[in-house]
Amino acid sequence: MTTSESRRTAPPVKSRWKLSLGRGSFHRGVLPGFGLALGFTLFYLCLVVLIPLSTLFWKSASLGASGFWSAVSAPRVVASYKLTFGASLAAACINGVFGLVVTWVLVRYRFPGKRLMDALVDFPFALPTAVAGITLTTLYAPHGWLGAPLEKLGVKVAFTPLGITLALTFIGLPFVVRTLQPVLENLDPEVEEAAASLGASRLQTILRVVLPALFPAWITGFALAFARALGEYGSVVFIAGNMPMKTEITPLLIITKLEQYDYAGATAIATVTLLASFVLLLGINRLQSWSARLGTAE
Amino acid sequence: MATASLPLRPRPLVATRATSEPLLIQILLTTVAVGFLVLFLVLPLLAVFAQALEKGIGAYFAALREPMALSALKLTLLTAGVAVPLNLLFGVAASWAIAKFDFPGKNALLTLIDLPFGVSPVISGMVFILLFGRQGILGPWAEAHGLKLVFSVPGLILATLFVTFPFVARELIPLMQAQGTEEEEAARVLGASGWQMFWRVTVPNIRWGLLYGVILCNARAMGEFGAVSVVSGHIRGKTNTLPLHVEILYNEYNFQAAFAAASLLAFLALVTLVAKTLVEWRAAEARAPLTEDPNVH
Repeated sequence: MTTSESRRTAPPVKSRWKLSLGRGSFHRGVLPGFGLALGFTLFYLCLVVLIPLSTLFWKSASLGASGFWSAVSAPRVVASYKLTFGASLAAACINGVFGLVVTWVLVRYRFPGKRLMDALVDFPFALPTAVAGITLTTLYAPHGWLGAPLEKLGVKVAFTPLGITLALTFIGLPFVVRTLQPVLENLDPEVEEAAASLGASRLQTILRVVLPALFPAWITGFALAFARALGEYGSVVFIAGNMPMKTEITPLLIITKLEQYDYAGATAIATVTLLASFVLLLGINRLQSWSARLGTAE
Repeated sequence: MATASLPLRPRPLVATRATSEPLLIQILLTTVAVGFLVLFLVLPLLAVFAQALEKGIGAYFAALREPMALSALKLTLLTAGVAVPLNLLFGVAASWAIAKFDFPGKNALLTLIDLPFGVSPVISGMVFILLFGRQGILGPWAEAHGLKLVFSVPGLILATLFVTFPFVARELIPLMQAQGTEEEEAARVLGASGWQMFWRVTVPNIRWGLLYGVILCNARAMGEFGAVSVVSGHIRGKTNTLPLHVEILYNEYNFQAAFAAASLLAFLALVTLVAKTLVEWRAAEARAPLTEDPNVH
């Protein structure tokens, strides 16, 4: 390996302690275990993630272009994309608005039960998706605690796209709050004081000073919630109703195809879904480096 | 004049008012936020336990003592018991290589480690069917060697490994990067062997992050549904984990039993939240003296 030499030469050392010792020869490879650690990491990564994931592309490549295209553009499949995309977007928007309010209140205000609420924000992360699914369905079913009063108002939630959006909102909330929270906490109060002392009203300060500083984190949280929603299965499948063309999400369609042993069709749809989430992930990475740069610029 | 300083007094009060919202707005925003959290988080949490206990405590425990529920519970513990230690080992190795050394391609490696987070659970399970299923790439090979890797317990473990892959590494890498290499180097210079340095310096430094990662990894391993659902084949008593058991009972309209099993998982989620909160507090406490260290030296 030609690269193994260059790998060892530069451990990330920037401290004063280090500088004062100068370029002592023992620095090269003072810390042991690099080869073992990296070797095991790469081996395990290939075994558990890369090899399994590459079969998807290998399999979809064997479909041929026309077979692939007809599998991913069938009307039932396109309907599922529209539903999944639309409901995920709506859920991310709801979380974008309410997540911002929740974060603001959790960081800036004091109220009884605040720490409990703060801890509970991670509940959708911790709760198995199947449990979330059956619980939300039971709550919003026509005879449920919330479904019954909503039914009287003429609003049907369970087994409609609205129910899907609701479930996706549930699982997406922590992404927005937990991305925004550290940024809002670390926001320098002097900036707001400066704006106020220069004569800005509170609303102006928030709109022109606070929100622009929060924007990169906010859009990152939004994108994370959206990306998670696109692939979500467990919490949605119970409340969705799963009617083809109407309330059938893409991940469910993949499972249906698998159960019918239509592996080619399932593979093609999965490849499209996977590519969409990779594009999103790349975008999120860009966003995060952007917000990091903004943070250091201030 | 002594009174000259008096007009300065109200200033902090004005300043705080200028950087906070009117009381009415505060109350309104707090109401909206708490209302949203109650509607979306508290109510579902209460509903799980209310539904589970709907037919009384006797029916609740009867549903949990059922042989299928017990075997699902055992399988869930087994899956997590294999997946969490393996991913812990990986997390420590990966974070050691990434945080303590520089090498080309590090950012690419970081992205690859995050990859499973971006993959739909359904696809995470599906790739193992494409790999080891009867029509799969390695399917004939597995069959020739008498290995049954999908619709079986090994398949469940593989899918769980994939889904929980990044959790420990994700917690440890930033932590170890922030801690730098000085303490380990000092240990080495003072004559510690590699493993002595690791157990006496590195592990104590990262223990809270380690625990945090393990807690999150375990919660996902025990609760995973989509990926596991694809590879399980739903063989009752054999390849049903607790979340799959919940699904089957629910689809059979046996709601009370479904919610009884679900309440175990919800309880696990609550334990996870409490443990996570405690670890965060301890980590914050541990960090406080650490930041004073440079002044001591």
